[in-house]
Amino acid sequence: MRQVRVHGRGGQGVVTAAEMLARAGFLAGHEAQAIPSFGSERTGAPVVSYCRFADVPLRTREPVLAPDVVLVQDPTLLLSDRPFAGLAPGGLVIVNTTADATAVRAEAGAEEADATVLTVPAMQITMTHLGKPKPAAAMLAAYAAASDDITLDAVQQVFRERFPGAVGEANAAAAAEAFAYVRDELAEVAAAAGSEA
Amino acid sequence: MREVLEGSQAVARTVARCRPGVVCAYPISPQTHIVEALSVMARTGELAQCEYVNVESEFSAMSVSIGASAGGSRAYTATASQGLLYMAEAVYNAAGMGLPIVMTVANRAVGAPINIWNDHSDAMAMRDSGWLQLFAADNQEAADLHVIAFAAAEELGMPAMVCMDGFVLTHASDVVELPTAEQIDAFLPPYRPTQALDIQNPTTIGTMAGPESFTETKYLQHLRFLDATGVIASWSDRFREAFGREAGGLVARYDPDTLDRDRMAPPASSDDLVVVAMGSVIGTLQAALEPMRAAGIPVRLVGISSFRPFPGDALREAIGDSRHVMVIDRALELGSGGVLTGCVGRALAGTRSRLHSVVAGLGGRPILEASLQEAVRMALDGELGRLEFLDLKEGGVPTPAAGATEVAR
Amino acid sequence: MTTVHIPFLQTGTLAVGGRLLDDAERSVQSHADRPSSLTKGHRACQGCAEALAARWVMDTAVEAADGKLVVANATGCLEVFSTLYPESAWKPPWIHSLFANAAAVATGIAASLHAQGRDDVRVLAQGGDGGTVDIGLAAVSGMFERNDDVLYVCYDNQGYMNTGVQRSSATPASARTATTPAVGRSPGQAFGQGKSMVKIAMAHEIPYVASATVADLRDLEHKVRTAMSIRGARYLHVLVPCPVGWGSSSSQSIALSRAAVQSGIFPVVEARAGELTDVQRIRERADVEEYLRPQARFAHLFKPGGEDALARWRALADANIRRYDLLGERS
Repeated sequence: MRQVRVHGRGGQGVVTAAEMLARAGFLAGHEAQAIPSFGSERTGAPVVSYCRFADVPLRTREPVLAPDVVLVQDPTLLLSDRPFAGLAPGGLVIVNTTADATAVRAEAGAEEADATVLTVPAMQITMTHLGKPKPAAAMLAAYAAASDDITLDAVQQVFRERFPGAVGEANAAAAAEAFAYVRDELAEVAAAAGSEA
Repeated sequence: MREVLEGSQAVARTVARCRPGVVCAYPISPQTHIVEALSVMARTGELAQCEYVNVESEFSAMSVSIGASAGGSRAYTATASQGLLYMAEAVYNAAGMGLPIVMTVANRAVGAPINIWNDHSDAMAMRDSGWLQLFAADNQEAADLHVIAFAAAEELGMPAMVCMDGFVLTHASDVVELPTAEQIDAFLPPYRPTQALDIQNPTTIGTMAGPESFTETKYLQHLRFLDATGVIASWSDRFREAFGREAGGLVARYDPDTLDRDRMAPPASSDDLVVVAMGSVIGTLQAALEPMRAAGIPVRLVGISSFRPFPGDALREAIGDSRHVMVIDRALELGSGGVLTGCVGRALAGTRSRLHSVVAGLGGRPILEASLQEAVRMALDGELGRLEFLDLKEGGVPTPAAGATEVAR
Repeated sequence: MTTVHIPFLQTGTLAVGGRLLDDAERSVQSHADRPSSLTKGHRACQGCAEALAARWVMDTAVEAADGKLVVANATGCLEVFSTLYPESAWKPPWIHSLFANAAAVATGIAASLHAQGRDDVRVLAQGGDGGTVDIGLAAVSGMFERNDDVLYVCYDNQGYMNTGVQRSSATPASARTATTPAVGRSPGQAFGQGKSMVKIAMAHEIPYVASATVADLRDLEHKVRTAMSIRGARYLHVLVPCPVGWGSSSSQSIALSRAAVQSGIFPVVEARAGELTDVQRIRERADVEEYLRPQARFAHLFKPGGEDALARWRALADANIRRYDLLGERS
């Protein structure tokens, strides 16, 4: 089972992100479940949502306590929302920011966390293509770039289905750019690791 | 077709495929996504030959449903929590008049303090209203139960509530396979009201009954309610045969080891602790108990699918020779214990069973697998009391830290 | 079509009977085959104007609907005296659900009929002032606001007579009820309270609003017929004296209704889409005393100390006469 937690703010499509992630995971052949955190929060308040994948039907209804993957849609939550809390050892954290991983770890107080930290300027990418601060597609594409759990195709497909027309296409374009960005980032990391070795 | 759908969408689409003639509702969290979806389908024509009525209160929502049902239409509404209580008078009225309205209750706590999150306090407050109360364990069952509810309610001339946990199910997305319109058309008989406001055969509905006839009226309602167990079981059997999956029924049995739902699962044995639960906590229990069983811990799971009528016989059969029962209660009878425990206790009267009431998940407190496992261990070790509150924070009402979320719970 | 107004004056030498008219112009009740929707054997009190009004309203509506009428009734006297199981005095299909929900039940019936393609079947809802002006107001307002195809009739006897004569928000100022006793410095219902359901209905700008009394049954019949010729939400407010609640003689219900109109206390009006379209003029102006004195609920007005209240009643009548031009002084 893979467990994902999404952090963001009300209005950024945090709940949609988890639902789209579940759909993309289902397209990738997994059983999937998305759980919003059921707040009465208004626009701008911190919001969390969860997603699970498995190869057997998912039964549990408890919130994700030990995520394998954490997506942070808003970097201003790094300090207050404790996105590294409960992270499974060796987990993946993807942050929407123009800063680098080192800065993210410092901001979150997670310098020593056993985790892979990737950053992607999902908001800039999304504003370019969509013009609205809803970076879910870019964030999920970044996740697709960094893992085998879901694919870019699946992410683009679920956004096109959910938002037929221009909005779906803009999300798909943002996803493609974010995917490419993270693949480049990973290549640089690998190259750096190679040169160190 | 298997697909990922939000629970509310799954329910709304299934309800639409049951072809209601009138849908009427007043918005309340966490029911809103269901009625929003239906209002869209009414506008797009996907919900054909149906009047969607926006009203000014839940009291009117149920009243419009009463008029619609008496007028000869299949009527549907949905509500939760304060809304269910606000319509309470009309809820009883619909049952007394034998109108087979189907209502989704997106189960939510009842204030004060105001709380929009999930527990079963709302439905429990209506337990004696004369409605069937069917509880969904997951979103697949929530959708399927509506088909069974319309069929059973209309055969019985009795309204039915389909209870699904608010947010936990209504707002969660899961992989589901919805019954198609063609399948439902083949399964669900067309709506033929047993009584209607018909100009060809005028009737007076809703007369006053004096002391000389009221007791008999209630007695007949009681007998009809006893019939309801057989009708619910029968429609659930037919549903399984038609759709190839389990839904509804009276109690849900689970395989001792895989914890899969299995009506052929053996009854519990005298060594077993039986956990009785209702609603979505069953899923969390399945996940929590499977590894315990693998470790040889003698624990079994029984789900209550039909809370009203309460299936005492079926429950006793499923509990078998066990005399040790732990009930997960999602609603509290103040000063006494869990509401479900009271019903289980009445069903087990005379069996000298040890009964624990574990009140859990009030007002949306997440129910954790680890906490359930600990309660089971304590029960087996003789350390669990007759009434326990799962994950109760000692020392009064906790003050949350600034910005606290579930993550920082 | 031109309308000829034929005055049916029911007192003195001006009174005429329906039999002097052509058959088509006679009242529904004058026909041997009248629907008798509220039929004999019910348990209404002697002199009950509500029973009289309901019979005329319903029979007219049944005839206007070509026999295709469905009725939703609020809890109240009308429901209790007509349907004690196993008996029913109602001939049309009729449903009673609750006190506060007759309008919403009627909406449900109308929605159901529309969904079934049965727009030929018409829906009428009815209740007393308690079920309309007080506890049922939200449902009535909702039905108005949505412009549901329902004719709602309020039989206003100005109090909770079914439960033993308690005050409602339609109880007139200074009236003694079981909960506004005629004791203390301002006996009875306080001045300045209560609400006008006709004005509330007009504020919704529904297609048709009218008031009527049992003193002019042909006018009542005309208004039901007019209402039935219109689709959408319609409201009819009928003043129905209650001998028990008002402390009046059971023979006085018609006379009191007439006095209420002729004194200016109860304006008989018609309105369409929120605009006042017709006002019944006062024919022979009566003093408010003619209305008040026969009613025991106002007895304290005619004892020492009642002069102020009586003066305020005259002021109320004058205000109505001015507001609705009941004497035809402006036209």
